[in-house]
Amino acid sequence: MASVTYDHVVKRYTADLTVVKDFNVEIKDKEFMVLVGPSGCGKSTALRMLAGLEAISEGEIRIGDRVVNNVAAKDRDIAMVFQSYALYPHMSVYDNMAFPLQMQHMKKDDIDKRVKNASRILGLDNFLKRKPRALSGGQRQRVALGRAIVRSPKVFLLDEPLSNLDAKLRGQTRIELQKLHRDLQTTFIYVTHDQVEAMTMGDRIAIMNAGILQQVGTPGDIYDHPANLFVAGFIGSPTMNFVPATVDNGTAKASGLEVKLPKPVSAAKGTLGFRPEAVTDRVVEGGPTMKMKVDVVERLGSDQFLYGQVGADQVTARVDPRMSVQPGDTVQLGLDTRGLHFFDAETEKALI
Amino acid sequence: MTVAVASPTSSTTARFSPRWLSDRLGGLVLHVVVIGLTVAWMVPTIGLLITSFRQSADISNSGWWTALSPPFKFTLDNYSQMFAASNLGQSLFNSFMISIPATIIPVTLAAFAAYAFAWMKFPGRDWIFLALVGLLAVPLQLTFIPVTTEFVKLGLTPQHLTAIGLPPFIPLWLAHAGYGLPFSIYLLSNFFRALPSDLFESAEIDGAGTLTVFFRIVLPLSVPAIASLVIFQFLWVWNDLLVALIYVGGVATVAPVTVTLVNLVGSYGQNYQLLTAAAFFSMIVPLVVFLSLQRYFVRGILAGSVKG
Repeated sequence: MASVTYDHVVKRYTADLTVVKDFNVEIKDKEFMVLVGPSGCGKSTALRMLAGLEAISEGEIRIGDRVVNNVAAKDRDIAMVFQSYALYPHMSVYDNMAFPLQMQHMKKDDIDKRVKNASRILGLDNFLKRKPRALSGGQRQRVALGRAIVRSPKVFLLDEPLSNLDAKLRGQTRIELQKLHRDLQTTFIYVTHDQVEAMTMGDRIAIMNAGILQQVGTPGDIYDHPANLFVAGFIGSPTMNFVPATVDNGTAKASGLEVKLPKPVSAAKGTLGFRPEAVTDRVVEGGPTMKMKVDVVERLGSDQFLYGQVGADQVTARVDPRMSVQPGDTVQLGLDTRGLHFFDAETEKALI
Repeated sequence: MTVAVASPTSSTTARFSPRWLSDRLGGLVLHVVVIGLTVAWMVPTIGLLITSFRQSADISNSGWWTALSPPFKFTLDNYSQMFAASNLGQSLFNSFMISIPATIIPVTLAAFAAYAFAWMKFPGRDWIFLALVGLLAVPLQLTFIPVTTEFVKLGLTPQHLTAIGLPPFIPLWLAHAGYGLPFSIYLLSNFFRALPSDLFESAEIDGAGTLTVFFRIVLPLSVPAIASLVIFQFLWVWNDLLVALIYVGGVATVAPVTVTLVNLVGSYGQNYQLLTAAAFFSMIVPLVVFLSLQRYFVRGILAGSVKG
């Protein structure tokens, strides 16, 4: 149980290959923090520096109050779950979980107690004698978790632990992991490229792109107030609509849409952003409207998504599932301005 | 239009389709080639086996295949003569005394070295490894004179070693270890390198030191590679004649089976029939070694460690 602080952390492989740039985050004690971003964004490297598997080029990483830059991985009081699980294939489930404790020269009885306890929590009681190859993917994943749990570390590091599971199991394990976090009352740092995992599991999310931290915040915060164009496009499915627009006297004009901005912006040009759920078949009197030429209709039962052209721009709308629309139709849609964003053309920062 | 045109079926197993035919033919050709090679490979051995049970007069008068038709005239004479003519017990003992340490020493050293080459970072690692691989190309014969000279200078001759109370086999252990190391290191380090790096990182976080990782993770996972290396090295040392002849040459008390057997045949090639029996006798040990270790050749011992 400890907080984790990244203080101006840089990871540089060669003079012109910097994979993590000036990374600053403070992860609170007992928090479930998710590092998310597209592949190659430096999120795994950030985690591996904390684990002690990569050297830190610049800056400081602290666990609690202790600077760990020069502390060996085994002495950092962390446990890591790898994407590949990294189970020792020649050892039984029991020995896999006992291994880190044996390395600490713990007494046999204590090891036994801890392993039994972890296997009970994870429902592995009946598999303790098996080798990893005789387990299913989900069970292997739990053994990997068990190996982390037995150490009762201060910080849990999880590097894409769900990406080798099938979709159904992934959903289940997501819930189990959250339960586990609640039960263990420990700091979790979780790396993923999947924004759904990030949104559903994280107390807070840190979004990275190209080695640079983009935004840190609660899932709701990031969804409603993305700091820039990248975050807005990365979080949410289907993705936010982006429409190039010019601003004239507080009104943004796009090719097929005109909308009065809720507050004045300094830029004359930029990108108008609004989520699909802000575009509906409910047209408010006096509110902004648009005409969409529908290309594709997706009915999901609870929702209906329309993909089509508004002026020269591609727009996605979420409409009432009972609305009857065919591809090729032109429909009149309303825009809810409460979820309106405007991004600067140059900096891509959110102005609204 | 009632002419039925055979439509190409999408199924790859459709009978008599071109695909099916080529599959069948391919399989057939493969089998013929494999069986043919096996037979070609075995004919001399079978010939030798049959010859070893024939009388010496017959051996020089007719081919071994004539013995396969009646009247059968097999005999154990060659075997009994061979046992009588040579001091086989002593040379068998010598062969074991040479082969076992000359297998254990290089394989052990190679395992340590290979682990360092595969997973530890030190300056010049790649260059040293490259030089080592280059040693694979050095012909054995090139080393005989300089190494013998050094051995004599250092007193590593059977006579001197016996005189000072050390095992007279030491020069052979050293020589075989030296000749075996480059290949052993090369083979093992390739195998170690293929182990998933996650295992090493996980062990590092778990608190395992270098030696623990080596003994508790790398070695158990490398049993197939080490077993095959042990077989290679043991067979090479056991069957070696040249190296033994050079370094412990004429000393009968140190000579391995191979040297003793060669001496059975006279300078003019007489008693050639004894060699056939001797060859078969000397094959027993390698066969036992191979058959007892071959079960470690199972692949997929890594199955289940990574990925789902």
